[in-house]
Amino acid sequence: MDILGTLKGLAQDSGFGLFFVEGGWKYFVMIIISFVLLYLGIKKKFEPLLLVGIAFGCLLTNLPGAGLYTPELWDVYAGTEGAQFVTASGDVLTHVTFTDIIHYGGLLDILYIGVKSGLYPCLIFIGIGAMTDFGPLIANPKTFVLGAAAQFGVFFAFFFATRIGFTGNEAASIGIIGGADGPTAILTTSLLAPHLLGPIAIAAYSYMALIPMIQPPLMKLLTTPEERKIKMFQLREVSKAEKIVFPIVVAVFVILLLPATAPLIGCLMFGNLLKETGVTERLSDTAQNGLMNIVTLFLGISVGATTVATRFLSLQTIFIIILGLTAFCFSTVGGLLVGKLMCKLSGGKINPLIGSAGVSAVPMAARVSQMVGQKENPSNFLLMHAMGPNVAGVIGSAIAAGFLIKVFGG
Amino acid sequence: MNYIDALVTAVMGYAFVFLGIVLLMIVMIITGKIMYKNAKKSTDAPAAAPTPSTEPKKAPGTAGELKLYDTDPKTAAIIMAIVAEKTGKPLNELRFKSIKEVKE
Repeated sequence: MDILGTLKGLAQDSGFGLFFVEGGWKYFVMIIISFVLLYLGIKKKFEPLLLVGIAFGCLLTNLPGAGLYTPELWDVYAGTEGAQFVTASGDVLTHVTFTDIIHYGGLLDILYIGVKSGLYPCLIFIGIGAMTDFGPLIANPKTFVLGAAAQFGVFFAFFFATRIGFTGNEAASIGIIGGADGPTAILTTSLLAPHLLGPIAIAAYSYMALIPMIQPPLMKLLTTPEERKIKMFQLREVSKAEKIVFPIVVAVFVILLLPATAPLIGCLMFGNLLKETGVTERLSDTAQNGLMNIVTLFLGISVGATTVATRFLSLQTIFIIILGLTAFCFSTVGGLLVGKLMCKLSGGKINPLIGSAGVSAVPMAARVSQMVGQKENPSNFLLMHAMGPNVAGVIGSAIAAGFLIKVFGG
Repeated sequence: MNYIDALVTAVMGYAFVFLGIVLLMIVMIITGKIMYKNAKKSTDAPAAAPTPSTEPKKAPGTAGELKLYDTDPKTAAIIMAIVAEKTGKPLNELRFKSIKEVKE
């Protein structure tokens, strides 16, 4: 028996050996990046529920030889020109279905089917709907406008992305980071530019976690101390019937207006209806807790799996990170500027700070409005007023995503 | 994608989001008004034709009679106050049906 030859073969086939083949260093860099993401999620608590999963998925997918995720298989699925997949038995596949992916793919490929089919983001939207109280928005429907205004960054970043060489589909996926809505960004990207899913998801969730740092300087820059001091009047009481009718009306109206929003708006409003009816408490509880947790678990790890070293480490990723931040900032600016306009039109009854909550990071953005407002005037309570634009932002970003999917997804 | 196409798509997209949201806002305002009117009508209706009643008018928040078994009213009041304190709910949101002293 050739002991030396066997040992050499084992060393070459091991994951450690694969670090030393051409381009193997990239895996090492990605493993370091996954450690950084784990640190941010665990120690700094940056959206830990998702970021820890994404980071671990990133780690698993970049362990050479593990074969948990097969990007080549997804290239063939997407119909990328010239893409083909060679199976272990030597068969060459130029067309694959989800069944083939289950057959030939790794564990993370199978979990990723939930992302690719749009299942996970939609199920998460059921949970978000079940956790959202649209009461403040129903009580003050004018704040709907702020939810639209704060989508400015989406289209601003989209435009700039096209100028630096991204295709329309890629630019649309990058722009949607400005909607500050993780599931919407994931759904849009998985439909329009799945090869960018990893960096876009990481950028979207990282910036959502950084909202308390990104927004306040812009809020102070664009508002005067007098404006920040404005106290808003107590909201009217919203009846149970109104809360039940709201998700039904929104679902019917928005889906008829833009059918491409059906998966997101349909699931969001279904979840909300479960919460508000009062007769489906068990389902609402499951949507908010069990279902949400299970899907978040699968979503995080399978999105992380797409951050394969050979594709993630590129100039594109750096551009996406920069454009994502631009999108977030300009969405905040859009909300604040329209907030200022509403302040003027209402004769100073609306505090423009609630405009920045129009980005749909619920409830973080509303909390930031409250925090900045209270710093200027300790007796000011803007939280409930900011929740209106905040939840309107969820609907606004879904409409923006629906528009982009319709235009670029055919 | 050329400059003009990108700009037109961006402007059109933003305008479309506004249009959708503004239309939705109008629908919600109208729905809210209709529901408010209906709710007002249903609360006004009994007031317009009050039915004669011999029962004494109950205080706001009162939820029926409380039956006391081997318990004096003072002790019952103390028990109800303790329950309200421990559950963190105001008394008018709690409903006590009966209080009975358990003797060993």
